[in-house]
Amino acid sequence: MNETVVQISEQVITVADHASSVPFVNVFTVFVLAIFVGYYVVWSVTPALHTPLMAVTNALSGIIVVGAMLQTVYFSGPGADGITATTVLGAIAVFLACINIFGGFAVTGRMLDMFKKKKK
Amino acid sequence: MENLAQYADWAYLIGAILFILALRGLSSPASAIMGNRYGMIGMALAVAATFVVVGSLHGGVIVLKPAYALILGAMVLGAVIGIFRARTVPMTQMPETVAMMHSLVGLSAVLIAIAAVLNPSSHHDAVHRFELFVGCFVGAITFTASVFAYGKLAAKKWAKSLKGGWVKPVQAILAIAMLFFGFGYLTTESMNDFYAMTLCALVLGYLWIGPIGGGDMPVVVSLLNSFSGWAAAGIGFTLNNSMLIIAGSLVGSSGAILSYVMCRAMNRSLFNVLFGGFGAAAAGPAAGDGKEKNYKTGSADDAAFMMSNADSVVIVPGYGLAQARAQNAVKELGDLLKEKGVKVSYAIHPVAGRMPGHMNVLLAEADVPYEDVKEMDEINSDFAATDVVLIIGANDVVNPAAKNDPSSPIYGMPILEAQRARSIMVIKRSMSTGYAGLDNDIFYMDKTMMIFGDAKKVAEDILKSLSGGGH
Repeated sequence: MNETVVQISEQVITVADHASSVPFVNVFTVFVLAIFVGYYVVWSVTPALHTPLMAVTNALSGIIVVGAMLQTVYFSGPGADGITATTVLGAIAVFLACINIFGGFAVTGRMLDMFKKKKK
Repeated sequence: MENLAQYADWAYLIGAILFILALRGLSSPASAIMGNRYGMIGMALAVAATFVVVGSLHGGVIVLKPAYALILGAMVLGAVIGIFRARTVPMTQMPETVAMMHSLVGLSAVLIAIAAVLNPSSHHDAVHRFELFVGCFVGAITFTASVFAYGKLAAKKWAKSLKGGWVKPVQAILAIAMLFFGFGYLTTESMNDFYAMTLCALVLGYLWIGPIGGGDMPVVVSLLNSFSGWAAAGIGFTLNNSMLIIAGSLVGSSGAILSYVMCRAMNRSLFNVLFGGFGAAAAGPAAGDGKEKNYKTGSADDAAFMMSNADSVVIVPGYGLAQARAQNAVKELGDLLKEKGVKVSYAIHPVAGRMPGHMNVLLAEADVPYEDVKEMDEINSDFAATDVVLIIGANDVVNPAAKNDPSSPIYGMPILEAQRARSIMVIKRSMSTGYAGLDNDIFYMDKTMMIFGDAKKVAEDILKSLSGGGH
């Protein structure tokens, strides 16, 4: 069992090292460019659809589920007995994010249908 | 699995592009439905890719099964609750629902940050710790602030406005304490500092929104929309995941733009909303001329007669219309007038509802044709050539003082220029003032007729009179 832990830890550290080997400025570049894209794309949204815009961005923020999933898997040992605070918190976060994802897309779809049926 | 995992970043890239297309689709109702589907596909792709990454992380050791089970279980539960709420929520309750969803993103960010800090199998360097700190406190503030905004919008008893001089100093102390503990965590990696920092941020979020009045909630909800995005981006930094960063930034800039749009529509600066508190400006309500002013009243029959003889009618709905649930009656009224050859359109002020675009959704729900609904900039030039303007449950957004009276607290706020129409009808419960507590000169104009009563009742009476006494 200890071996598994060590094995996992090593892999995780490798992943972490790989991640931190990416210079911060690269990630930051993505961040800044995405803000610019968001700025121009959102200004093109018609004001009539600002409420659906908010609902769909709620669903998109649900992408945080990716982060939650990556935490949920950190069992400290094989099987369910290896549940740690990290896995529990991760699972709760997956649950919350999924309310947003499914709820957000569903309610956006519902609203857009209301706008559609008038387009004869 | 491991072979696939190296392609995960490609999947994230495609997912991010689909997210951008999802927002791009909202430029028109026709393309928006496809856009929403792009968003769903992007999300599904990202989640699938993450499953593969998760699999590769552990190289297929046994722990995979309970991990997958846990994730899938949480997902199914979240999906059931989310879809149920999405199907059942009345459109009038969208603002509080959206606020609640912002709080969920904030709470997720906090939980993920704590989970990562507690994670025994990964170590965090200084940059990483800084990112965790930022992701956590932005998430924490978003969480409690959104819960409070939800309470305000849903008119819950526990969400009372905080008043008093103590709020601002306490806010400042908490902000400093939060940075202090955050710095402590950065330097010593102390778990307790991290918890203390999170706690400060949670209380700070609550105190921050606490003093802001209910009427400013459209700005607050937009702003928290932005915050929820930055929280997601912050978590993206800690994981070096570009999809999270991109999605978070898109949401963040979207919320920021909506906040700006709302502020501009109310002629307020963001700073003023967040740190001023309304009422401060309007504390000495515009004195007016101090004398009794005369207004004309009319009946539903009068209104029906005038409108059926008009060439064009513009309906100006305010939130009072939604409160009276008069959307359907008004829509039928519009339809009947159109049958009689009257040109009917609806003029929407950006803050007509309680969140950006809210009134448009409420009218769409009542089947009002999309083409008949005009935004403020679009329709303001038409008012002068309009025979009848029918103002229902709106007040401040048609107050000419915003244009003519530099001493008015709302001077400079963009309004629907209903006062330029040939004749004006106002359906209102009484002569009481609007949200800003101001008198409105449009009620006293010679060409204005006041019809007192419940918006729905009056609209139905006009409808009856129109269909009964028609040609």
